[in-house]
Amino acid sequence: MRRSRSPVGELAVVGALLAASACAIAFVLLYVFDEFNTQLLGLSLGLALAFLALAAIVAGKKVVDQRTSVEERPTLVEPEVEQEVAERAVGAREGVSRRKLIVGAAGVAGVSVGAAAIAPLASLGPNGVSAALKESPWRKGVPLVDDNDAPLSADQLEVGSWTTGFAQGADKRALGTAVVVVRILESEVFENPQWAPQGIMAYSKVCTHAGCAVSLFRYPTYEPTSQPPALVCPCHYSTFDVRRGAKVVFGPAGRPLPQLPLSIDAGGKLVAAGGYVGNIGPAWWGVRKGT
Amino acid sequence: MGLLAVVCGAGAVYGFAVGPATAQKGTSVNPRPAPPPTSAAQRQQIDRGRSLFVDGCSSCHGNDAKGKRNVAPTLVGAGAAAADFYLSTGRMPLSNPTDEPTRSPPAYNRQDIDALVAYVASLGAGPAIPHVDISQGKTNTGLTSFTLHCAGCHQVGAAGGIVTGGVAPALNNEDITPTQIGEAIRVGPFLMPNFNAQQISDADIADIARYVRSTSTPDDRGGWGIGHIGPIPEGMIAWFLAAGALLLIARLIGEREPE
Repeated sequence: MRRSRSPVGELAVVGALLAASACAIAFVLLYVFDEFNTQLLGLSLGLALAFLALAAIVAGKKVVDQRTSVEERPTLVEPEVEQEVAERAVGAREGVSRRKLIVGAAGVAGVSVGAAAIAPLASLGPNGVSAALKESPWRKGVPLVDDNDAPLSADQLEVGSWTTGFAQGADKRALGTAVVVVRILESEVFENPQWAPQGIMAYSKVCTHAGCAVSLFRYPTYEPTSQPPALVCPCHYSTFDVRRGAKVVFGPAGRPLPQLPLSIDAGGKLVAAGGYVGNIGPAWWGVRKGT
Repeated sequence: MGLLAVVCGAGAVYGFAVGPATAQKGTSVNPRPAPPPTSAAQRQQIDRGRSLFVDGCSSCHGNDAKGKRNVAPTLVGAGAAAADFYLSTGRMPLSNPTDEPTRSPPAYNRQDIDALVAYVASLGAGPAIPHVDISQGKTNTGLTSFTLHCAGCHQVGAAGGIVTGGVAPALNNEDITPTQIGEAIRVGPFLMPNFNAQQISDADIADIARYVRSTSTPDDRGGWGIGHIGPIPEGMIAWFLAAGALLLIARLIGEREPE
């Protein structure tokens, strides 16, 4: 009844499994030594999974017998025969059987692909990044510049207008660099007016919920019949009341946007009057309040 | 470099003219009086505008256009740009003052709108109707400026979006004129912030308007824009297609050989 199995197929399965393992190990090594080369990271992990799939397909098609049949078990009447069969069964385990080879290769591939899947977990959570989260280029007197490095001046912003500012000379892609600068009526700055000269105030551009760029600003033409001014995050519509220190008035964010105290220098340019008040960056479980 | 200097110069003049401390969007703390009408025809048009205003607008904005508390804002210093924007896009008059003004067929014809605009402009100095010449604009720099200033709410394909408390209207509509785009940028209607000439120059407005006009006749690769709301629905479609292909492959792999 048994079809002769193809040794070529078995070798192909073993080869694909070992290739998958090699790609997965390459992924782990790349993750450890060249973390930001995302092209190679994706290529190695993708190839590992593709080789696993190839091994499964070849094993299914060429190695495992797909026919279903029932073989009647002969009744063993003589105890000597039974003994002989048992000895043969034990003896067959010696040496490297085809089954052992394939199971061994699958084990190697499983362990290395599993390691590749687990390794990136090291990037999650506060371990090792909490210091980076607190890093910010803002100190007292650091000037605000626009995206072309031109200094931002106070008279550039009218009431009801907004822009994105950066710390002069800092890496614009760093988490702590970008701020949203808005101008509202001075009489509507209900909290910490000393940080908001002429009603101009700056908040971290990184949403405290999931870390999106806060890129929506609403300012009413006529407040009594619409909504008060607010910054809104486009990802989950967390809404921050800029009149009250970016207090959360809607959405999933758990804490206000950290405010950057501002002052206006002798030349009318906007400068920081200190560092952020509060922790920048998104929240994760257990530190939703960002303390 | 020379052009840049001219643009910056224009921005400085604009900033000076508006003054550093404007009270409400588009209106100054102490609105300066508008220049007096120069001709009898102009005076006549303002008078006609006033009578149209009393008929159609004064129930909310008041007979003297100084607004009604908790109902509607003053129009002193709102300027021609705001009046022309709200009237030519049919956002005003509004049947219920607490509704969000949305684009609809204009309630007045062009002559009546011109008269009302002349009346509102005569109340106090405010932003004038910008002259937007899109033949001077560049679509690609317009896309860059649009992405920087507008796409947060209106989406990069100008298909519109939501801010809490309001709707950012779709702009990929060929009825929207370049002048209305320029007016909206300077005035900041409803919940939209306003942008002065130092943030978005007149040249930038021509670029942005040209880009926005191009979004009403988009070049959809593959023939289907999927709502023009960007990469998320496009990615969803890719997932669905890939899931179908994977199911098909799994079915082929798992097929039993005949006995």
